[in-house]
Amino acid sequence: MTHAFTGKLERIDDYRWRIPKSYMPGMKVPGMIYSDEKMLKSIVKDNAPQQIANAAHLPGIVKASMAMPDIHWGYGLPIGGVVATDIEDGGVITPGGVGYDINCGVRLMRTSLSADDVRSRIKHLVDVLFREIPAGVGSTGSIRAGRAEEENIMLKGSEWAVRKGYGWQSDLEYCEGNGAIKGADPADVSDRAFERGRKQPGTLGSGNHFLEVQEVEEIYNEETAKIFGIEKGQVTVMIHTGSRGLGHQVCSDYASKMIGLLSKFKINVPDKQLACVPVKSEEGRAYLGAMRAAANYAWNNRQIIMHLTRKVFSEVFSESAESLGMHLVYDVAHNIAKVEQYEIDGRVRELCVHRKGATRAFPPGHDELPEKYKKAGQPVIIPGDMGRCSYLLAGTQKAEETFYSTCHGAGRLLSRSAAKRNTKGRAIARELEDKGIFVRHTGRQTLHEEVSEAYKNVTDVVDIVEGAGISVKVAKMRPMGVIKG
Amino acid sequence: MKKYEQIEHTADLGAKIYGTTLPELFENAAFCMFDMMTDLSKVVDGESIEIKAEAPDKESLLVVWLNELLYAATTGELIFSEFDVKSLDENSILAEARGRKLKAIEGIIDVEIKAATFHDVEIAEGELGYEVVIVFDV
Repeated sequence: MTHAFTGKLERIDDYRWRIPKSYMPGMKVPGMIYSDEKMLKSIVKDNAPQQIANAAHLPGIVKASMAMPDIHWGYGLPIGGVVATDIEDGGVITPGGVGYDINCGVRLMRTSLSADDVRSRIKHLVDVLFREIPAGVGSTGSIRAGRAEEENIMLKGSEWAVRKGYGWQSDLEYCEGNGAIKGADPADVSDRAFERGRKQPGTLGSGNHFLEVQEVEEIYNEETAKIFGIEKGQVTVMIHTGSRGLGHQVCSDYASKMIGLLSKFKINVPDKQLACVPVKSEEGRAYLGAMRAAANYAWNNRQIIMHLTRKVFSEVFSESAESLGMHLVYDVAHNIAKVEQYEIDGRVRELCVHRKGATRAFPPGHDELPEKYKKAGQPVIIPGDMGRCSYLLAGTQKAEETFYSTCHGAGRLLSRSAAKRNTKGRAIARELEDKGIFVRHTGRQTLHEEVSEAYKNVTDVVDIVEGAGISVKVAKMRPMGVIKG
Repeated sequence: MKKYEQIEHTADLGAKIYGTTLPELFENAAFCMFDMMTDLSKVVDGESIEIKAEAPDKESLLVVWLNELLYAATTGELIFSEFDVKSLDENSILAEARGRKLKAIEGIIDVEIKAATFHDVEIAEGELGYEVVIVFDV
């Protein structure tokens, strides 16, 4: 049931609001919401703030249970939640802090095409993309992986695809973790998850996942945009998807397993979906191994979809993908747990950082950034809704306070049923076409559920993270063509 | 008595499910999950499978049962419309699910449920029977 939040929120500054530890017995740290006063009014309308307080109970949590401005009611952690636990201090890992779609994430590709080059052919381009890129419920692709191949995907991520010819070597350089996270262990992945993953490499899936052809509409930071290879009027392609059925199965397997382990580790959590185990336990190691395997599957998935996109552009524009300048700008996860080091109270500690609907945003100079981006900071890709716009941001040093994390998207405002009710009888595809946006989709209800007004305005969201100083705006992209499940 | 009603959930799908008995609650929860995915009145049974599941308590068991059904549906490319709980206790369930191949009803899945979640799941017992709220990840 939906409960408006009636607890006390302490204003720290224009963009930071604290849920004090006194709100609920058992909170180990306060809650911290990144929002402005206006956005806060919608945030307190559902259960999301309660979920921030729930997550503050997790053993080993440090600093605060945090939420980005696109926060909304999820399960376990809210969507938009960031929680870090101290591994050496009994810190836990929870599948409810990662979500079912492990390594759901976004990839942005640039092109040397201008919006004017594409506009007259956008309808055809979207049709061919829709034909070539499997989308929709239970979509399966033409690339099937046997068990040994699937294990390789889980270990190597994007590199698997690149070795098979589905991409360029340089793609790996411009991907979080070079397209794979170390420490994946296929032995920790169930046969069921293997089975669900077999037919799905290179598929978009359903729900809010999409592929978008975009026009760069505005540049906010010329210098950084130049480093990322982005300029006004240019066409970009954004791909938003994750680990498909394989990831869902890994989360399901471990979420139920961990409920049975709560008594063994004497852990009490206010929500079963927050069931967790110490990172430093056999069971914690196993979940990490399986989650990383699923994360790598997702990077490989986005890599293959990018390859299919290049093929389509080549066909439609009768030019090679190389001469169309179809380079990867960056690929970043927004549902993941990672082991990272931070200084807390003057001591460097190894933390397990859960980002669930939150994006990693490393600052300029960070070791893990590609050489070319060292000066600019990490590209942060923020998809918006299909009728308005998306953003490219860059990481900042200030974001150390959020374990280098920032928002991940617009965040839903209306439930799917409310969105359907409110848009009944409207021809959404036609409305979008009138705005110059061509959409192809599989589901009957998709366009109504995913209509613009079901989401917060992503501009408000990114203005808050910029105001709080945890990212800076680089560019705004507006959709020209969209394919959805 | 209605089997379930959908509740407002911002990002995912939520439903309040009713049952006069515990086995009926489990059956109605399964019906609810597939009914939210598609219009079950169009699904006649043809295939049948047996589901067995175990969990530490009845709430977890309910969620595990639903996820077992989802797994069977996804991998078997099936949609289930009828459920028959043969035996049920606090920690285990044995049931039959009947439905048909997705191919036969192609194109009518409205929303893909990825999983039933354990979020705040609590089975309440009242005068008229049992009820529970389940949040589904979509």
